[in-house]
Amino acid sequence: MKIVVCLKQTPDTEATIKLTADKQGIEEQNIKWVMNPYDEYAVEQALRLKEKHGGETVVVCMGPDRVTEAMRTALAMGMDKGVHLKDDAFAHSDATGTAKALAAAIKPLSPDLILCGRQAIDWDMAQVPAILAELLDMPQVTVVAKMEMGADGKSAVCNRRIEGGEEVVEVKFPAVLTCDKGLNEPRYASLPGIMKAKKKEIKPLGLAESGLSANDVGKASSKVQILEYLPLPERPPGKVFKEQETPDMVKQVVKLLREEAKII
Amino acid sequence: MASGVMIFAEQREGKFRKIAFELLNIGKQLKDQVGGPLSAVVVGKGVEGLAQDLGKFGAEKVYLVDGDLFANYSSEGYAAAVAAAAKKADPAILLTGASTMGKDLSPRVCAKLATGLSSDCTKLEVQAGKLIATRPVYSGKCYVKTQVPNTTPQMAAVRPNAYAAAAAGGGSAELVKVDPGIGPDSLRAKVKEVVKSAAGKVDLTEANVIVSGGRGIKAAENFKILNELADVIGATVGASRAAVDSGYATQDMQVGQTGKVVNPNLYIACGISGAIQHLAGMRTSKVIVAVNKDSDAPIFQKADYGIVDDLFKVVPIMTEEFKKLLAE
Repeated sequence: MKIVVCLKQTPDTEATIKLTADKQGIEEQNIKWVMNPYDEYAVEQALRLKEKHGGETVVVCMGPDRVTEAMRTALAMGMDKGVHLKDDAFAHSDATGTAKALAAAIKPLSPDLILCGRQAIDWDMAQVPAILAELLDMPQVTVVAKMEMGADGKSAVCNRRIEGGEEVVEVKFPAVLTCDKGLNEPRYASLPGIMKAKKKEIKPLGLAESGLSANDVGKASSKVQILEYLPLPERPPGKVFKEQETPDMVKQVVKLLREEAKII
Repeated sequence: MASGVMIFAEQREGKFRKIAFELLNIGKQLKDQVGGPLSAVVVGKGVEGLAQDLGKFGAEKVYLVDGDLFANYSSEGYAAAVAAAAKKADPAILLTGASTMGKDLSPRVCAKLATGLSSDCTKLEVQAGKLIATRPVYSGKCYVKTQVPNTTPQMAAVRPNAYAAAAAGGGSAELVKVDPGIGPDSLRAKVKEVVKSAAGKVDLTEANVIVSGGRGIKAAENFKILNELADVIGATVGASRAAVDSGYATQDMQVGQTGKVVNPNLYIACGISGAIQHLAGMRTSKVIVAVNKDSDAPIFQKADYGIVDDLFKVVPIMTEEFKKLLAE
């Protein structure tokens, strides 16, 4: 089977985020970039499916040159090859523009399965996979915590976490699945894996080769417009009690919750 | 021309989720500013009576998609249904919850309607006739304000508990039946079964009060004292990633970046240090209480109230104090 994993490179969870002076973005210098943590589950799932059922695994990623680092990580984990959507025209695409670009790269590959992370930890939108599924006319199962291949090899049964339980969903391929924590335990890239990854192909795909036009992607095409970024509102310092008798501290906090916060 | 506000009234098993009433409340506020009717779309099987009820909560029109195909949630079926209703109603604004269902559904609807969507919004307002959405980004380290200036409906998925629920009044709604014109073959992903866990508990994402345990809880059985506290104050029990990864709690209890995003009125963090990835899941809580014996724990920087002491001493006393208070 052919499996495509859509990848995003995001700032590390611990990264300090500073807004630019014009509040139109974040300062990108000094940010440590990583593979979106949820995408690791997607890569791992692709590798496990290939190990069991054979086939080919392709990682697709959009972004500037730096994103090839995340792609190399995926290749070092064991993915076969990559397609890098690389063009200034793609910059500042919204979720629809991003999904269009990914769809253009993925369509010629005719995959059986497209795997994505549940959401990217930068904007936490969880939009691109579902829009991609709609554009490619495929079914989707999001937030997948368990996946069993069907006996026919052309379907799967997936468990997805919902409020108060799980939905068990049967899905026919080709399909888009988004991967959640718990689906698997992502492997680390091995040293031989890292060496091999250096020789694996990452094919650049520009706007012209993608078959899209400048109206499909980029800032001008974005239906969602960023007005401004806002810093976190200042939180007044909290009241922290220490070095007193436990019952006294608890009584004071419980009293404050009723009388000051008016919450209990 | 597009006008009014439409909300997706999420129901499961013939009962509306709380988010449906929260959306009616914010939907009413928005429609007062943009004009036009407040409408709701209800999708399900045998839910006509339920749909009619929304009139009491402020909906002027209810668009109903009812049939066997919609007995269970499906991305394809529900997206077709909501898109068909939106095409018929032509609202200026379309809201869904940022619940599991809403997050799965809204981008698919957005693609069908070729418009724009802001997800997981914590605040909605109208400026110069446009919907302005505010939402946390970068693990909650900052916010971003967005708008959908040139297409309609302007879509937003709203985080549960960001707004109070609409109260029941005396109104009634006009019912409009919608047929999205799809057959069984249109559903290539189908729910086979819904497995329930922890019956009777409010889900973390919808909870008003949460008591969470972290690494400091030291063992799965020690969650007992948190459960006792939670029972007294009507809370749902959560956990940090450290507690889940150590096997003290189950994955569905995890609050944080690789778990659930919660938005309660009161969050009591017990033995949780306050790593960024935990804060990402709970920092929009209205009031945060931290209990930790390490006075340097970062959670105290975010807490409204803190107690530096051993949680095993604090929590049982807190349970008793709340019991007394609530008995008054």
